[in-house]
Formats: sequence, C-alpha cells, structure tokens
Amino acid sequence: MNLLYTDIEEDLRASVADLLSDRAAPATVLARIESGADTALWGELARMGATSLHVSEGLGGQGAGYRETAVVAEELGRSVAPVPFLGSAVLATAVLTHLADDPAARALLGRLARGETTAALVVPLSSWESVPDGRGLVRSVADAAAADVLVVPVAGVVHLVDARDAVVTPVTSLDQTRPIADVDITGAPTTPLAGPGDDAVRAALVAGAGILASEQVGLAQWCLDTTVAYLKERHQFGRPVGSFQALKHRVADLWQSLVVARAAARHAADALTTGVDVDIAVSVAKSLCSTAAVRAAEECVQLHGGIGMTWEHPAHLYLKRAKADEIALGTPGRHRATLAPLVDLPLQSTP
Amino acid sequence: MSEIQDRVAALLAANDPATTDRLEFLRARFDAGLAWVHFPVGLGGMAAPRDAQPVVDQALAAAGAPDNSPRRIGIGLGMAAPTILAHGTDEQRLRFLRPLWTGEEVWCQLFSEPGAGSDLAALGTRARRDGDDWVVTGQKVWTSSAHNARWAILVARTDPDVPKHAGITYFVCDMTAPGVDVRPLRQITGEAEFNEVFLTDVRIPDAHRVGEVGAGWRIAQTTLMNERVAIGGRPVPREGGMVGVVADTWRAHPERRTAATHDRLLELWVESEALRLAGIRLRQQLAAGSPGPEGSAMKLGFARLAQALSGLEVEFLAEDGLRYDDWTQRRPAMVDFTGRDAGYRYLRAKGNSIEGGTSEVLRNIIAERVLGLPTEPRVDKDVPWKDLPR
Repeated sequence: MNLLYTDIEEDLRASVADLLSDRAAPATVLARIESGADTALWGELARMGATSLHVSEGLGGQGAGYRETAVVAEELGRSVAPVPFLGSAVLATAVLTHLADDPAARALLGRLARGETTAALVVPLSSWESVPDGRGLVRSVADAAAADVLVVPVAGVVHLVDARDAVVTPVTSLDQTRPIADVDITGAPTTPLAGPGDDAVRAALVAGAGILASEQVGLAQWCLDTTVAYLKERHQFGRPVGSFQALKHRVADLWQSLVVARAAARHAADALTTGVDVDIAVSVAKSLCSTAAVRAAEECVQLHGGIGMTWEHPAHLYLKRAKADEIALGTPGRHRATLAPLVDLPLQSTP
Repeated sequence: MSEIQDRVAALLAANDPATTDRLEFLRARFDAGLAWVHFPVGLGGMAAPRDAQPVVDQALAAAGAPDNSPRRIGIGLGMAAPTILAHGTDEQRLRFLRPLWTGEEVWCQLFSEPGAGSDLAALGTRARRDGDDWVVTGQKVWTSSAHNARWAILVARTDPDVPKHAGITYFVCDMTAPGVDVRPLRQITGEAEFNEVFLTDVRIPDAHRVGEVGAGWRIAQTTLMNERVAIGGRPVPREGGMVGVVADTWRAHPERRTAATHDRLLELWVESEALRLAGIRLRQQLAAGSPGPEGSAMKLGFARLAQALSGLEVEFLAEDGLRYDDWTQRRPAMVDFTGRDAGYRYLRAKGNSIEGGTSEVLRNIIAERVLGLPTEPRVDKDVPWKDLPR
C-alpha cells in the first residue's frame, strides 16, 4: 500500500494544476458560472490524456490507474472547474471498461479517450449500492447536459443512447459547477451492450465514490489555504485576525482533518488501482472526506466573515460543490451502513 | 546489514539466552553495540541507520533473548537518553546510558510544576550555586515512575533576573538524594500513576548539570521533541487500539444495540481507520526521507477518538456502564487501557488531551508553525521571570 504521491503523479498534478490555474481560476469559474460546462477546457484535459488515465492502452487510454485519476480529481476539486470529469471520465468510462468485450463499448471508449465525445451515466448522482433503472424520467443526472452519449442501465443491461434522441432537461443545480439534468430516454433508439450491466454500474459507483474522496480533499485544501491566507491579511482590533486563538484553533482542526482525509483518499485510490480492500477503503474514504470537505467549506465561509457570504467571493462555489459531493454516490451515513457488515459491526445479528 | 547479523550471531554465541542471566545478557548486548544501533560506538550503538534496529530486535526476539522491557523505562529511553547523548558530557554518557538502557536504573522527568504546565518556561523550582554543588528547592508534578526511579532529568531556574526562557538550567537529579520527597498523585481513575515530587535543599553536583548554565530551555526542547516522536507511535493493525475494544463490546452485546449508537460507532470506526492510515502515511513519508508536519495531527486525533470511543462504550453498556471496576489507589507501572473496564478507559482517556502537550497548545503550534499564522501578542517574553505575574 503506497499512500504517498509518486513522482509521476506529482508531475501529472503539476501539469493539470498549470492548466487549471491558467484557465479555471476561481474568478474565471465564477464569471462563466451560468454557461454550463467549459468545453474548451474539457478538450484540453482530454488532449493531455487526463480524462482516460485509468483506461488501458489497448482500449485507447493512458494505461495508468485510478491513483492518477484521483490526482486529477484532486486538482479539479481545488479549482471546482466546470468540466464533466465525474460523469464522463469516471462514471461512464468505468461502466464501459467493465463491458469492454462489447465492440460498441470499445469504440466509444476510444472516442472518449481521444476527446471526440463526452458521455454521462444516467443514474441520479445520489445513487449508491443499488442500480437504478433508466426507464422513464431519471432525475438529477450529473454532467448529462454536456454529454453526446448517454450510458443507461435498463433491467440489468447497459444501453447506449444518442443524447439527441433523449429528452435532457437541465435543472437549476445546487452545485452550479457540476450541473445536473433530468433525462428521459423513452422512445429513443438504443444500443444494448453485452455483459453484466448491473455489475458494471455498481463497479462504476464504487470507483466514482473513491475518486470523489480525492476531489473532496482537493476542495478542502483550497478552502483551508484560502482561509489561512485571509486570516493572515485581514486585520480587526489592530491585529491580524489569524492571531486570535479562537480562529487559529479552528483552522488547526481543519488542517488535522485534512491530513487524515488525505490518507483515507489515497488509500481508496490505491485500493481501486490494486483491487485489494476496495469496498472498505472506498466507504471509509467517501464517508470521511465528504464530512471533511463540507466542514472545510463551511468554515471557509464563516472565517471569511461578511465577504464569505457574498456572490463575489468564490467560497460559495466550494460550499455548493462540497454539499453536493456529500450527497453524490452515497451520503456518509449510507457508506457507514455499507461498512457495517463488511467490518462485522452489524446493527442486527444474523444467526 | 551483514555486519549487524554477524554481531547478533556473535552475541548469541557468547551469551546463550537460555542460560545467561537477563541483566548479563542485556549488558552484553549493550557492549556489543546492539542496544540502539544508531547510537555511537561505545555507547550501546554502532552508528548505523536507525531503521536497522528492527532487524536486531527481531533476530534477538526470535532467538529467545530477553528485552529491556522498553515500555517500563520509556522516559529513560525516549527522553533522557537522547538528551544526554546530544548535550551531556562524555562522563555523563558513560555513567548513565548503559544502566539506563538495561533498565537497571529507571528514569523519570521533573519538568511540570503546579504553576508551570503548558507554560513550562515559567517554572519556579530554584537551583542556587553552592561551591561545586547546586542546591534545589521546589515542587514538581505529574511525574510518572518517580517512586521507582533512580535518576531524573530536571529543569530548574538558575537566574530569576532574566526573561523566563533564558534563566533555566538542565540537570540530572539523584532521586535517592536527601530532600527528595515523592508522594503519590491520585487521579480521577482512583489510581496513582503519577507523583508529586517535593525538592527541599537537594544537592546536585555541578558534574550532573547537562549543557551550559541558562541553556536548559533549548535542551528541554530535545527532550520534548523526542516525547512527541515517541507518542507518534508504531504501526497498528486495523481495529488496533481503543476502537477494537469498543467494537468487541458491540459484538458481545447484540441486545444493547440501537440505531443511534450504531451510526456513532461506525463514524468513530471510520475515523479510527483513517487516523491509522494517516499514521502509515506518516511513516511512509519518513521512510522516503520527506518527513512532514503531519505528526502533530496524530496526537490530536488520537486523543479525540480515545475520548469519544470510550464515552460511547460506557453509554452503550447501559446498566454495566453504571459500575466501576476498582477505585483503590493502585500504583500501575504503565497505562493499561485494555486490562480494565470501560469506565476506567473513559476516565483515563481524559488525560490524552492534556498529557504531553494539551490539545489547545498543539493547535497553537499547528496554527503558528505549520500554517504560519501570527502569534498572539506576548506580554511575558522580555520581562525578567521574577517580575511576571503569577
């Protein structure tokens, strides 16, 4: 188990961070918040290979692993960049890699890896454990408005649907940097994929939850860094407010929770890569990092005082993303319920 | 590495653990340079890298060799020894380190005082020069092992006319000297794990001063840094420590489970597992030669979890949680979290956020040294110690 970042991962982080600081600084994200996904930035990320890291080279991807995908997710969390990374590069891609014996799935993976197309997995973003059925109206689907191809589970079989043939209705999203939409594929022509669809979707939800933990760590890191910088510069009562113990102790606690969250998120990314201890590692990370990220974002707003409550300051983007991420792919409570039997701590004894 | 293995083999050949007296074996091990391999030659070591130590320990344990009961002499090993090595004279190193390591001479630490806890530098125990001796008078507190210690590391005020950090000197104090009075300090658990130590005109030869007169504060930092390293701990398996105890209590009592305690237990289980992973990550950073400041996160997390877990356990135990195992004034040699009942764990864990630096002081340190936040305005830094309000 390696919980550190390798040199290759640090290089990857540096190039993604460069791109994002150039193209998705918080002020930029805030300014274009009503415009949906940033397709130009998304194309750049695909050209860098950052959207197909955990896809094998034989399937057109980078042949790296979820550890590297998690590093990209961390940087995207730090910038709350409005790109369909979770919906397309993580969830839809994970389903397709699971069903890669099917030629249509393979072909789509290649197009996704080359950045020619974008996909979305048609399940409510809040899904966890059970696989929802894609018939009828599916509410609150992440990144669906940006997708060309919809990946839809129907009665145990995954179908591909051209997004132009479905009704995709963007809705007003709590998290404006990862907009959701309602999707209805009724009457649309579909391409069914061979292979165990439910297993593929379940594996994708697990991978997505594990990767989200890293996004949450990146998000929390931005909140901590930004808050600490503000506490050093903001003066009241004739001193920097960061010299007051009441505030210091709160950011010290945030830092502490981030140290622990990072270890859990790295463990989940490592487990997804090696296939060892996956279910426990992911649910530990997702439940812990969800809480850590929400707390970091809430503290960021509070410790900024009045400016933290304004639309002008980007803190709210992080609060909204953190709160949506907490619900996404299993709330902390649902992940703890998943863990209970896995770690032999059931509520009811089974005889 | 093979040199170490050769030495281990030679030690075992010359001192068969099955027939050699325990102390004789430990002395021979020290003299072979296999006590703490990173120490210098002649002082129980062979100037080898620190990470070679587990090789020695495991090989000797496998051969059935006795160890020096490291938990029983933790203060000597973890605090006194590194300080004497770093700041002591050659005579002090030769005199003290061998019996310290073998456990023949137990050490304790005379640092905290009733009026100097978090603010250790405010300490008021006075040491006055008298010929070749120092004469020490004052009161120390929270001294574990004082009742069976032969030696103590001691910080005392030698100059009250300068600011508090500048007037402190570091000594080795003979706990059997006249004027040393050790009294048990009973704590909320009922036991007396610690002591109060009253020093009345205790004579310490100048040869037992460690470092320069007035350099005691800086030298004490060596001691305290090593204390934090020691508390950082070793790798634990999943469900090691307090969480495992509480998890087993849960498994043993299906009839007491409720949905509310279930979710709280799982939340604490998750946090314990993540803190364990953070400890593994910290050691991986150290092994990769890039130690970070994350160590200070461990103690904060450990204290909070130990308290929350033990509190949940008492509540969960319902009618059994109303009972306590034993209020008699025991004198334990070390903390035994698992050998006693839940109520003991709950009460003893209250000390985890106080001992070795309170959680509040730790948060100040994190905020100032890790995050770079400005210090509180200080009113005591440049004032002579004798003029400080107290």
